[in-house]
Amino acid sequence: MALLRITSPHTQRAGQRTSWVMQMVILATLPGIIVQTWLFGWGTAINLIIAGITALLCEAAILSMRRRPVAFFLKDYSALLTAVLLGVALPPAVPWWVTVTAVGFAIIFAKQIYGGLGNNPFNPAMVGYAIVLVSFPVPMSQWLGVQELVASGNSLSFMQSLQAIFHHLPAIDSYTMATPLDGFKHKDLLDSDTAFNTIAALQTLNLRSWMWVNLAYLLGGIALLWLRIITWHTPVALLGALFVMSGIFYLIDPSNAASPVFHLTTGAAMFGAFFIATDPVSSCTSNRGKLVYGAGIGILVYVIRAWGGYPDGMAFGVLLMNFAAPLIDYYTQPRTYGHKKAKTGLNIKEDN
Amino acid sequence: MQAAQIFSFHGGIHPEQNKAQSLQLPLGRPPLPNELILPLGQHIGQSSRPLVKIGDKVLKGQTIAMNNGFLSSFLHAPTSGTISAIEERLIAHPSGLSDLCIILTPDGQDEWTELTPLVDWKVGSKTDVLAYLSEMGIVGMGGAGFPTQVKLQGAHKHPLSHFIINAAECEPYITADDMLIREKTLELILGIEILQHLVEADQVVIGIEDNKPTAIAALNRLLDERNSTIKVAVVPTKYPSGGEKQLIQLLTNKEVPSGQHPADIGILCQNVGTCVAVHDAIYQGKPLISRFTTLTGDALKSPQNVEALLGTPIAHLLDYAESEQKKLHRLVMGGPMMGYTLDSAVVPIVKTSNCILAATKKELPTPAPEQACIRCGMCEQACPASLLPQQLLWFSKSQEHEKAEHYNLFDCIECGACSYVCPSSIPLVQYYRHSKSSIREAREANVKSDLAKQRFEARQARQEAEAAEKEAKRLARQKATTQKASDKAAPTKAATSATATPSAASTNDESKKLKIDLAIGKTKLKKLQKQLLAAQENEHLEEINALQQQATEQEKQVALLEEELAKVSTAAPSAAATPAPAKAPVSDELKKAKVDVALIGVKLKKLQKQLLENPDDNEIKTKIAGFEADLKAAQALLEKLGANGPATTVAKAAVSDELKKLKIDAAIAKAAVKKVEKALKKAEEIQAPEIDAIRQQLKEAQQRADNLEKTLANPAPAAPAAIASSPANADADKKRKIDLAVAKAGIKKAEKNIALLKEQGKDEAEIEASEWPKKLAEAQAKLATLETETNPSETATAPAASMTPANADADKKRKIDLAVAKAGIKKAEKNIALLKEQGKDDAEIEASEWPQKLAEAQAKLATLESQTNEPTAAPKIETKTSDEKPNLAEQIKKQKIAAALAKAQINKLTKRLENSVEGTPEEAESIQQEILAAQQKQQDAERLLAQLTHSQDNTQENR
Repeated sequence: MALLRITSPHTQRAGQRTSWVMQMVILATLPGIIVQTWLFGWGTAINLIIAGITALLCEAAILSMRRRPVAFFLKDYSALLTAVLLGVALPPAVPWWVTVTAVGFAIIFAKQIYGGLGNNPFNPAMVGYAIVLVSFPVPMSQWLGVQELVASGNSLSFMQSLQAIFHHLPAIDSYTMATPLDGFKHKDLLDSDTAFNTIAALQTLNLRSWMWVNLAYLLGGIALLWLRIITWHTPVALLGALFVMSGIFYLIDPSNAASPVFHLTTGAAMFGAFFIATDPVSSCTSNRGKLVYGAGIGILVYVIRAWGGYPDGMAFGVLLMNFAAPLIDYYTQPRTYGHKKAKTGLNIKEDN
Repeated sequence: MQAAQIFSFHGGIHPEQNKAQSLQLPLGRPPLPNELILPLGQHIGQSSRPLVKIGDKVLKGQTIAMNNGFLSSFLHAPTSGTISAIEERLIAHPSGLSDLCIILTPDGQDEWTELTPLVDWKVGSKTDVLAYLSEMGIVGMGGAGFPTQVKLQGAHKHPLSHFIINAAECEPYITADDMLIREKTLELILGIEILQHLVEADQVVIGIEDNKPTAIAALNRLLDERNSTIKVAVVPTKYPSGGEKQLIQLLTNKEVPSGQHPADIGILCQNVGTCVAVHDAIYQGKPLISRFTTLTGDALKSPQNVEALLGTPIAHLLDYAESEQKKLHRLVMGGPMMGYTLDSAVVPIVKTSNCILAATKKELPTPAPEQACIRCGMCEQACPASLLPQQLLWFSKSQEHEKAEHYNLFDCIECGACSYVCPSSIPLVQYYRHSKSSIREAREANVKSDLAKQRFEARQARQEAEAAEKEAKRLARQKATTQKASDKAAPTKAATSATATPSAASTNDESKKLKIDLAIGKTKLKKLQKQLLAAQENEHLEEINALQQQATEQEKQVALLEEELAKVSTAAPSAAATPAPAKAPVSDELKKAKVDVALIGVKLKKLQKQLLENPDDNEIKTKIAGFEADLKAAQALLEKLGANGPATTVAKAAVSDELKKLKIDAAIAKAAVKKVEKALKKAEEIQAPEIDAIRQQLKEAQQRADNLEKTLANPAPAAPAAIASSPANADADKKRKIDLAVAKAGIKKAEKNIALLKEQGKDEAEIEASEWPKKLAEAQAKLATLETETNPSETATAPAASMTPANADADKKRKIDLAVAKAGIKKAEKNIALLKEQGKDDAEIEASEWPQKLAEAQAKLATLESQTNEPTAAPKIETKTSDEKPNLAEQIKKQKIAAALAKAQINKLTKRLENSVEGTPEEAESIQQEILAAQQKQQDAERLLAQLTHSQDNTQENR
């Protein structure tokens, strides 16, 4: 009888593997996906399928090129998670090739070329998103509107969605409208009150629909917190920073700035805070670091929304803070047991 | 009894407890096995030393091995029986290696040896109690097996605030302590009281996890009964609250500083098993021969706790607990979190074995394949030491050991919480263990290489210091020689006074060189100091030591250079300025006068020659008389000029005496300076506090030496002026001078090589020398008798002098003799020259006496010549044939020759000294001594000469 020789510990937390983590995150996006589909039609679902297939194909191709076990790595669900995050982030009726480009770029260039799971310095989903946002601004700005507000008075049917995505839907314009953030961005010289009264995208119905989307993602995020897959540090710091920034500027100039509530309930605020910024691989590791990292993203998001060239700033905010994450990590090490104070940086200093 | 306050610690996990299984059955007492395997190293520290031989019969409780050093323990026979072997056996160790074990075959009697309880532990000395505990083989039974008496001794370093009894038992599956508390509550409390008596802590707290309600209840009941001050602190179930550091944090909210022990913050931890063992030893006299062990796992049909004798093979216990071999997949010694797997069940139970986990495959499945770390941070949330396990993994994988250390890798307690929670199934702890051992290995290698480096550097520094010292000595000598040379340059008057300038120039060069060296040294020192500062900032201890050494070395060198520079710069002006310029005007005039004298002398000689041919020519005679008068006038002038510097001969003598004294003083002062310098160096090396005092001394000594040197330099040019008179008088006979010069040339050449052989070659030389006059005697019959009689020149001159006035008639005949003698000398010289060229050794030996002999011969020749001259050539002398006059002249001549000889020797020696500056210092030293002696001789001769000439002048003027 050969006894197994192995070092301690001899037991592991049952079932909570990396694939479980990824699955849980994917599942946590479900409330958001459902709300989005409910509000904007089947486009999101179709996007998700396209993105998922692309992601798995790209991952498998690169893994086999890298001579890695394909099945083993595909089963960690990380590629699928990237696909899901991209699928919900892209506009529902965006042409298929935009999705394929974004996902392919995310998997091949942002993830696998750096060495696969765990080695990517940037959030792959956001890299893919940023690439198509910069490359194809027109399809990327075509968000569908809620059926009560758009010209056609209806949301896209499943077939229409397929047509819009894979071919061309001539009447697409009657189904699209600007997002609240887009609308607010282009209020130009109007003051806030006028803008909220006149611009279609800023009408209460549209705002409320986006609030529902954000609340759905908040729900998913809370589930992740409850499952202890993420910690509260990053999302709270992000949303807190966004709240404080928007609050300060709303207090300073209420006629031109939007309220904190507007900022927290529109765009990718909750989705970004709970699903994008919490990507463990590319974010900070220590709790203090996560606070700094999240706050940085929150500030950047507000800066880009208020003064930048894009209506929302989540993708760029996250990517910019990805750059800073290693540095933040160096300076936010926790105080180790038995040490008077935490070490910082990498230079070895006087220590107790 | 009050409830103790409970704090919390970071992280921790909640694995499946799995404690119930082993608590279903009461405590088991397995039967005696066939043999007991007792490893000699059951504790931390040195292995015990066996006290028994194979075949010895031992009784239960008998000591079979004793401690081997301070950190070691005793070992006792767990039952009575025979020692069947002392051999290598597989032991329970993570390495799976074998170790020396005493094998005991039980006889089944289980017969106790005589037990001697320590009844007076309360009144006896604590040291005795500790020694007793050591003899009872008691070690920490929680896991490490640290000898208890050592731990208790260590606890005396600081006053203890807390004495914590660790009953947390946080590992899953293990219930041995739980069972022990339930079974032996009273023994535990009594044991704690004994230990508390020994350590006298402010508080005694039993830390126990809340998953042991039965044990807690038993403890509380008994403590209430006894009205004890011992507190029971119930901590929440969380792994690893039983870790010493974590339990301390839970109970006191204090953290054990990194790299220190609980005793350093006034806390002592003991395991419950240890406390019971202490009780058994003190109250019953029973040594540590058994322990409570949990037998658990799904592969056992009847998991339970047993009280197992030490050395019981695990297989025996597994049989007792009805193990199912087929289901057994993993055999773990200890708990599932920190235990280690065993290769086989033949290994024995030792003092630290708290659990045997016989797990099935389903129970402890093979770990999932390792996946990539996604930095999820779950490990960080679980780490009880607040580390960043994911970063440590990264650094461990990439072998960035420095970064791993910076991230406090060594604060990892290897509890396994991070691995437990890791979703990617990364064996994190294994990575850390590997990194730790790599770092430890590297450290050991570093220590070794640092030691080697230090040794090498120390050696290099020593060699450099030696070289520097040598160089300093050499420079000091060189300086001394140049000074002496410049001192000497003065006596050689105008021609040689120029040498003072080059020597001054050389000192200038030297000082320049020294200045450069000093600048280089200073920059080096600065660099080293900078490095040292950086090293201190970065905590590189080894580097700091090495750098400090280097820096002090450099400092010393710089100081040395500075000293030398100071010496040179003070020496330079005194060497260069004083002798040359002061001398110049006088020597110019002297030169002129001397040329006059020489000119007159030549004319005179010519006339004398003519006179020899035509002795009756009156005209020539009058001319000679006129020339002689001129000569005299010129000589007088010359003398006056020569005496100009130091004036009178007496003064000169005094000056030279004083000079001598000054030189001696200077030498003494210099020696003192050197001595003080050496002392200073030593003091600097050991950083002595007297360093300032020594420095002061050095300064004073240097001052003194400098002053002396200055005064020495001042009178130095004065003294040599005495010689000025000698050439003036010496010009009297040019011919003799030429002969002398010829002889001198020969002497010089010969002497160069002989100097060292002089002393040993004297005897031989004397023999040769005695032959030499004989040759002369053959060449000239008449002088032969005179010479053999008067070998020492002084005796020779006396008869010659007395002869002159007496045999005035034999003038002509003597002249012929003279010519013949001259020819003989020349012939002899030629022979000698030949000899010299042939065999150097012979020539050297010969030549050692050569100059003397030649000088004697020349002196005699001169005597003859003067005798000849007096009656014939020099009318003045002829007319003034007083009794004292020839004597005086004779003596003057003799002294002149002596002075000239000495001078020649000095010149030669100086030359040699200059050549040998690059040579060995000993040589230079001896040469200098010779020079001094020669100078002395010369001065003496000069003084005498001056006196004589003075008196001669006086007599001449009187006439």
